[in-house]
Amino acid sequence: MTTKPLLKVENLKKYFPVKKGLLGKTVGYVKAVDDVSFYVNEGETLGIVGESGCGKSTTGRMLMRLLEPTEGKVEFDGKDLTSLTSEEMRKTRRDIQMVFQDPYASLNPRHTIEKILEEPLVVHGIDNSKERKKKVREFLEIVGLSAYHAKRYPHQFSGGQRQRIGIARALMTNPKLIIADEPVSALDVSIQSQVLNLMQDLQKDFNLTYIFIAHDLGVVRHISDRVGVMYLGKMVEIAESEQLYAQPLHPYTKALLSAVPVPDPNHQKEQILLEGDIPNPANPPSGCTFHTRCPAKMDICMKAIPKLFEQYSGHSVACHLYSELSGNDIKQMEGSL
Amino acid sequence: MGERKTVLQVKDLQTTFFTDSGEIPAVDHIDFHVKEGEILGIVGESGCGKSVTSLSIMGLVPKPPGKIVGGEILFEDKDLLKMTERQMRRIRGNDIAMIFQEPMTSLNPLFTIGNQMTEAILIHEKGWSKKKAVNRAVELLELVGLPRAAEMMRDYPHQLSGGMRQRVMIAMALVCDPKVLIADEPTTALDVTIQAQILKLMRDLNTRLDTAVLLITHDLGVVAETCERVIVMYAGQIIEEAPVKKIFEDPQHPYTKGLIQSIPDMRYKKERLYSIPGNVPKPGSIKQGCRFAARCEFAFDRCQKENPALYETSDVHDTRCFLYDKEGVEMNDNKTLVKS
Repeated sequence: MTTKPLLKVENLKKYFPVKKGLLGKTVGYVKAVDDVSFYVNEGETLGIVGESGCGKSTTGRMLMRLLEPTEGKVEFDGKDLTSLTSEEMRKTRRDIQMVFQDPYASLNPRHTIEKILEEPLVVHGIDNSKERKKKVREFLEIVGLSAYHAKRYPHQFSGGQRQRIGIARALMTNPKLIIADEPVSALDVSIQSQVLNLMQDLQKDFNLTYIFIAHDLGVVRHISDRVGVMYLGKMVEIAESEQLYAQPLHPYTKALLSAVPVPDPNHQKEQILLEGDIPNPANPPSGCTFHTRCPAKMDICMKAIPKLFEQYSGHSVACHLYSELSGNDIKQMEGSL
Repeated sequence: MGERKTVLQVKDLQTTFFTDSGEIPAVDHIDFHVKEGEILGIVGESGCGKSVTSLSIMGLVPKPPGKIVGGEILFEDKDLLKMTERQMRRIRGNDIAMIFQEPMTSLNPLFTIGNQMTEAILIHEKGWSKKKAVNRAVELLELVGLPRAAEMMRDYPHQLSGGMRQRVMIAMALVCDPKVLIADEPTTALDVTIQAQILKLMRDLNTRLDTAVLLITHDLGVVAETCERVIVMYAGQIIEEAPVKKIFEDPQHPYTKGLIQSIPDMRYKKERLYSIPGNVPKPGSIKQGCRFAARCEFAFDRCQKENPALYETSDVHDTRCFLYDKEGVEMNDNKTLVKS
């Protein structure tokens, strides 16, 4: 595995305006993604986990500029995507493809599978009609379907098969990066493992880089090399997957991991039960946004926003418990605040 | 565990849907019972009949197209299927209550929580004053761990989060102190940290109030953490039943084994996940033989022809698989009983 970053995200932000009244005056912002930075190396899988409303899907969409970032830089393969014109961006999407959660909603029910799979090639002007049709059949086989499926319609397939079609469509343009947003969460367990295995095989065969967005921590661990944890629009921890699951640092990550039900009745675990709900992102708590639910809350957490910094090599966390500031600095800061 | 009385017994239940494309036996001859104060889990993938089972018990199967075509559902020795709608209404809520996956669709968005709670109480407790009902409602909201319960009585459902709404639903289900609580995927729509809270609440209520819980879920993790006994369903049938420890330590049916091995484990990384080939069959699509045969790596001739019975493999463990048919062992001479 090379260690060259294929994608580098710096200080990415997405603020959605909250409008009110007849004239639609902007009264505030929902900070869906607030100052998120990370990178993805070529050939690896970066998992992004978090609960609903944490901004993981918004982040995924901004990387493809399906949503325009409010601020920040997305560097892909040496190019800054945020500075491209929409025409240049359209061309670049050949290299970045997306797989969505609901394979039923993302496949046009009126089109045959052939037409659906051919479309990305037509859009990007790749190959002639005959070659395209040949390629469609080839990719159907690659994702575990059969060439004769090309003439069928989406409703004739089961959920798992439809997700295979969604994956085939993403592969058609021979992309470098695939952003998969909850690709297996709508599937039954026995089908989920088939699709995960398929994605791993394809990664090896086509040297793909994945960003795998999901809420299921078991699935993310299985498929990811590195994992980032998001909470209320912020990346709170990011590390090698083994490291993150064995030694989580952020109190939120710890609680999240302990909350996942383990399919083993003999498993003894210390469950950290978080109190309360995820706060409203339109009105996030001051300082560290997790302080309202945090079992290790300190005074500083209500005042200062913790920065993501590297605690150990490759393991970054945004929490005052691990702040690079010494105790004295914190005291000084508290005095000045 | 001690001898506990059976509160609910389902005998040879068959619920069929009559559709344009034919008869679909969604629940196909199932038998099980729920004991006083226990948590029984029913697991299975989509279309296995787990939800139709719970709706059948509550008398809520949409008809048409659905119809209970056979069997008995005995609650304290009375057959629910023979009851009139009036009698059934008295059972629902009073004796058996149910909570659903999406609490928002089960609450009326136009009425306050207080309104809906007191309505439920006044229906079941005839002769209570409004004030008494309000006090009881607040008490129940506190019981399910809602902070500032008295204020919440004035809130509308949309003002609450998903986890809070599910707590309100549970409080409402507890209005009449039911003997059995049916929870159909109660945490599926919730985030993990909220799911952990709700599961803990259900376990606490089960111990404190001694309410039997029938927990229907697709999540084996939830089952492992919450249930005492488990029923695994596949294509409308019960294919395995055992205490929760047995199911995970010694799963017998190839489907149960496959399912357990398919789950990515959070504790360690598996190089590759086991996967059951093929797809979950559409209900009613398999007419002959074992319903799992087409996906089963152990399938032999007999599996294609006959539907296996539920064999008793120990006094607490039943499995619907010919590999466990002691009398028919000679029929699977080339397949030994392999345990993975």
